[in-house]
Amino acid sequence: MTAATLSVENLETHFFTKAGVLKAVNDVSFEVRQGKILGLVGESGSGKSVTGFSIMGLVDPPGRIVGGRVRFKGQDIVGMPEDQIRKLRGNRIAMIFQDPMMTLNPVLKVETQMIEAVQAHDSVDRKTAWTRARDALGQVGIPSPEERLAAYPHQFSGGMRQRVAIAIALLNKPDLIVADEPTTALDVTIQGQILYEVQKLARETRTALIWITHDLSVVASLADEICVMYAGRIVERGSVDEVLDRPAHPYTAGLIGSVPSRNEKGKPLVQIPGVMPSMLNLPSGCAFRLRCSHADATCCDEPKPRGHLRQVRCCHPLAEIA
Amino acid sequence: MTVFIIRRLMQSALVLIIMSLLVFFGVFAIGDPVEIFVAADADQAERERAIKALGLDRPIWAQYGYFVVNALAGDLGRSFVFNIPSIELILQRMPATLELASCAVMLSVVIGIPLGMFAGYRPESRISKTIMATSIAGFSLPTFWVGLMLILVFAVELGWLPSTGRGQLGEFLGIRSSLFTLDGLAHLALPALNLALFNISLVIRLTRAGMRENMPMDYVKFARAKGLSQKRVVFVHVMKNIMIPVVTVIGLEIGQVIAFAVVTETIFAWPGMGKLIIDSINNLDRPVIVAYLLITVIMFIVINLVVDILYSVLDPRVRLADAGKS
Repeated sequence: MTAATLSVENLETHFFTKAGVLKAVNDVSFEVRQGKILGLVGESGSGKSVTGFSIMGLVDPPGRIVGGRVRFKGQDIVGMPEDQIRKLRGNRIAMIFQDPMMTLNPVLKVETQMIEAVQAHDSVDRKTAWTRARDALGQVGIPSPEERLAAYPHQFSGGMRQRVAIAIALLNKPDLIVADEPTTALDVTIQGQILYEVQKLARETRTALIWITHDLSVVASLADEICVMYAGRIVERGSVDEVLDRPAHPYTAGLIGSVPSRNEKGKPLVQIPGVMPSMLNLPSGCAFRLRCSHADATCCDEPKPRGHLRQVRCCHPLAEIA
Repeated sequence: MTVFIIRRLMQSALVLIIMSLLVFFGVFAIGDPVEIFVAADADQAERERAIKALGLDRPIWAQYGYFVVNALAGDLGRSFVFNIPSIELILQRMPATLELASCAVMLSVVIGIPLGMFAGYRPESRISKTIMATSIAGFSLPTFWVGLMLILVFAVELGWLPSTGRGQLGEFLGIRSSLFTLDGLAHLALPALNLALFNISLVIRLTRAGMRENMPMDYVKFARAKGLSQKRVVFVHVMKNIMIPVVTVIGLEIGQVIAFAVVTETIFAWPGMGKLIIDSINNLDRPVIVAYLLITVIMFIVINLVVDILYSVLDPRVRLADAGKS
């Protein structure tokens, strides 16, 4: 068994706001191996993006990583000096963002933005960097990459821009890519193409991939393993088949039940009642208990995680955990 | 682009016509220059002769028509007071104003942009707060008062810098200017600072706002995620975005400091166009007033044109929109 490319252990990232301490990431642990895809699923505000930024070392004040480890190939990134972590960023660990309209700098040519990403980590001349940029654009399926390199971001469609962002992430052949909802802002047809491309590239280059999304159907077709996040915690974790076929946490079951295509036509859509509680004042014990039909007095105590590789954080799991 | 420039020039011509009409009739309505030029004890015949010599005996619309015909030939009339062509008079004074204005704008760029960037980059630091508080002062204190205070402190109390005139002129590449002698620079320091103060504050606030607006943007985070150094992120990625509004404002500033150096020139007895226009208004010297305003308008038009062209260099999105139109 090979060592994990990335292992996150008891990560805690808090935001120190005027209204109080916001525990955006609270005791989160998971790992990804070479060539594997991990789906990090959760609603808006569940802490999945902050988890991604914590891995990149890009948490800005008032946020701070207050505990835990992020081991990348055995090296702990937490507390690493900025210039060292900068050498990993974009080089060994790359990130793709949610909104392709916002991530590319509108006033710089695509080639400038790609060449600088190569030259930030490799002391190669412009010509070599340019060739690498061109190849990367070709790799993600952008037609006539030579011409497109000289274009500005606004001359690309949304899907094409996201391909450019993916190409930038691939430039230095990273060991790990953190993709933060990269298909959310795209049309369904484009989404399908991008998913297919990314999956193919990750398999070919044996890159580990963390795919952050709120869309279960995306993860179902893409990931090997799933972590479901709720209010800053991972409430359930396991292989895709196990989690989707036999969800153990009522929240996961609720999410699966809410997927519209699973609902019967003509009936009202199934929802999880209520909204996610404010991260500033979470209920004691299980954060989901106020929306949960299985909750009782025992849920007022913090549920301990059960199981190891297949894990659930619930007092009344719906399925047996080995 | 060519279509854009041609369209712009046609609009400018219209502005010039309206402008000259307003000034011409405006000055006519204010008062009669004859009362000022002709000695009080002059007899009727002398008065008639003076009026005829200045061309003031004809009806006002005829005077305007005469002015337009001459203006098209490049003659904006002779000054009533100095009896030399008003253009020549203005051009004599222009270098002084231009050197004052360009120094003021340069100060506002060289001081304003770095301070503004710092204040926007570290908004919580004590230095940033001091910069911002000072900029409020620079923004709100009236120019004439600051000018007087500068003279009081640096010229009268400390005696470090002279407070009036242009000082010794140096010559370089055929241009005579205070910029080329130490004495001239010393004379330039206070008025330039005085004129620049408002603009420095404006540039500081604008740059800071741009910095604070751009730093949390996704493209900045993405640039950092690529592993770029903070220096490159700030000075290439963010700065190029901030420059778009800053260049616009600096362009407007150039026009403003040239046209409205009046107060500073008066306080520091700077022999520029601003002082000339004040004197001319007092004397109702219509040809000079009209010529001055026309030249100012032309300067504004040229500056705006240059800013628009610069704009499209800085912002590729503007370039595309323009190509689509023309």
